[in-house]
Amino acid sequence: MPLPFCPGCGNPTVMSCFLRAVHELGYEDLRKFVFCSGIGCAAWIPSPYFKADSIHTTHGRSIPAATGVKLVRPTLNVVVFGGDGDLVGIGLSHLIHATRRNLDITVIMVNNMIYGMTGGQMAPTTPFKAKTTTTPYGNFEHPFDVTRLIVAAGACYAARWTTFHVEQLREAMKKALATKGFAFIEAVSQCPTAFGRRVGLKTTKELLLWFKENSVPVQKAKRMADKDLVGKIVVGEFIRRELPTFTEIVHETIKEATNDA
Amino acid sequence: MTKQIPPDTYFMQGNQACAEAAITAGCKFFAGYPITPATEIAEHLAKRLPQTGGIAIQMEDELAALGAVIGASWAGAKAMTATSGPGFSLMQENIGYAFMTETPCVIANIQRAGPSTGQATKCAQGDVMQARWGTHGDYTPIVLSPNSVQEMYNLTIRAFNLAETYRTPVILLADEIIAHMREKIIIPPSDKIKIINRKKPKKTDKAFFDTEEIPPMPSVGDGFNIPVTGSTHNKHGHRYTADPIVHRQLVERLFEKINKNANQIINHEDHNIENCEIIIISYGCTSRTVDETIELAQKKGINAGSIRLKTLWPFPEKIIQTIAKNIKMIFVPEMNLRQIFYEVERTVHGAVPVLPINKIGGGEMITPEELLTEITRSVKNID
Repeated sequence: MPLPFCPGCGNPTVMSCFLRAVHELGYEDLRKFVFCSGIGCAAWIPSPYFKADSIHTTHGRSIPAATGVKLVRPTLNVVVFGGDGDLVGIGLSHLIHATRRNLDITVIMVNNMIYGMTGGQMAPTTPFKAKTTTTPYGNFEHPFDVTRLIVAAGACYAARWTTFHVEQLREAMKKALATKGFAFIEAVSQCPTAFGRRVGLKTTKELLLWFKENSVPVQKAKRMADKDLVGKIVVGEFIRRELPTFTEIVHETIKEATNDA
Repeated sequence: MTKQIPPDTYFMQGNQACAEAAITAGCKFFAGYPITPATEIAEHLAKRLPQTGGIAIQMEDELAALGAVIGASWAGAKAMTATSGPGFSLMQENIGYAFMTETPCVIANIQRAGPSTGQATKCAQGDVMQARWGTHGDYTPIVLSPNSVQEMYNLTIRAFNLAETYRTPVILLADEIIAHMREKIIIPPSDKIKIINRKKPKKTDKAFFDTEEIPPMPSVGDGFNIPVTGSTHNKHGHRYTADPIVHRQLVERLFEKINKNANQIINHEDHNIENCEIIIISYGCTSRTVDETIELAQKKGINAGSIRLKTLWPFPEKIIQTIAKNIKMIFVPEMNLRQIFYEVERTVHGAVPVLPINKIGGGEMITPEELLTEITRSVKNID
């Protein structure tokens, strides 16, 4: 089956990192996985290309569907793929609440800083002043720092890498998949078709070099002033901790209630 | 571990009866969001579902509530949510998704006065057309209308059975009066209650979206590698958005799987229709004043009968057409500004005059006296 992505898109890199991560963790196939995704280019990474169960939901609603699946079938690995528009535009409240609940799933957000599928409109992650089809005079808004938001909301694991950092991205995915609790990966990714060519970075190479040159390790960023971090991509592992999961708490409660009744 | 409510006679609230019925029907997952006048369903299930091994959670909004219900249904659980007008509006996108993906689930909509926030605690019947046409595109929904606490119980079980039989979302369209009313209810022994479970696929089955009118439904995690999508898809579930034939066949099948089985789905109750000259067609709380109206009319020499709709959609056209042949006039009282009225008018197609009787605001019901006044005046005019 041919992939639907434009030439030079970052999604196949993310797809490949994920499948390698799964393989390196020792899974022979995706039988124990369920993938939920919403609407947008990144939502097509698992569905229908992975030989696995996938629920391709309405725009932004992949995490609610994942909530229902995980609670009913706690032994399955539930993984959400989505873009920045899907997960932090229309679906932001679900993302934050799933994090707060510590729902035991892995969310992989491909951040291409744009609404790619609809042809390049401003997203909540689009850089300040960037030109898009709906911000022809430059973006009036400042972008979300999604990974920091997720850390603040209570995630057990959160990391940000770019499609330039393939090894690190794959290793982070392995850690995310092995995390008990809510795990979040932000994969900053290139969209030469709908983003790059309008901001003067026409090719995949230019975009990847931009990622490379502007990335700052999270430890180094802690020592930098806010003004020096404007326009930078802070990469690395932001948090790693263990907390009781939503699934565990709900099912323990059911056990107690069943015994009492 | 079912721990259903024991068979007995109870004095119960409508919303509680709905919640207990869900448990009896085998519901194992509820996700909701607080809203008057539906909240008691969430509260009751939050307490009762865990006792029966089920899951009850509160989500961040109604979009998420129905989203989680859909996920739970694909994970193999019978699942429901409950809401009222404003939440029902938010659920429309996922109702469309449930139709398109053929996901069985139950949505209880306890109607209150709209549009918008309207009168949050007051009864209305204004969501009848939203229940029919609320989400975009072509589809036929199943919509049930209870008129007593007993029916909140009976029709909730039926809603689950229909959802599982036809692999479709089913809407229990109740109203504030029926949901908040407390009255006698008889819970029958469990061997007297029919419970239907979805048809599961055989290990060798490969197509879950098209091979027959109502295809078997696998669960995620069972090794079937199912792609579920709200986009136009072929019989294997693969997205197929460029082909006009694939879309036509899919949507027409979804449309027809309900319409073709309308006779099995539609339920109604009639009263004194044999020799009557006029008929009152009603549903939900409005029907509660009809029996008294018929008695009062008879004292005035008007021979009135009634049809009470327990299924609003698919619309019981044949039943109404048959009745319309032998009567002088049809009255349609509703707590809205004419919704089922137009359907009745369309159905009888000029064979007999159809008159609307409408009242909105403050949750005030149409009284038997008001109904009688309208009937008396109209009958005089036609004579």
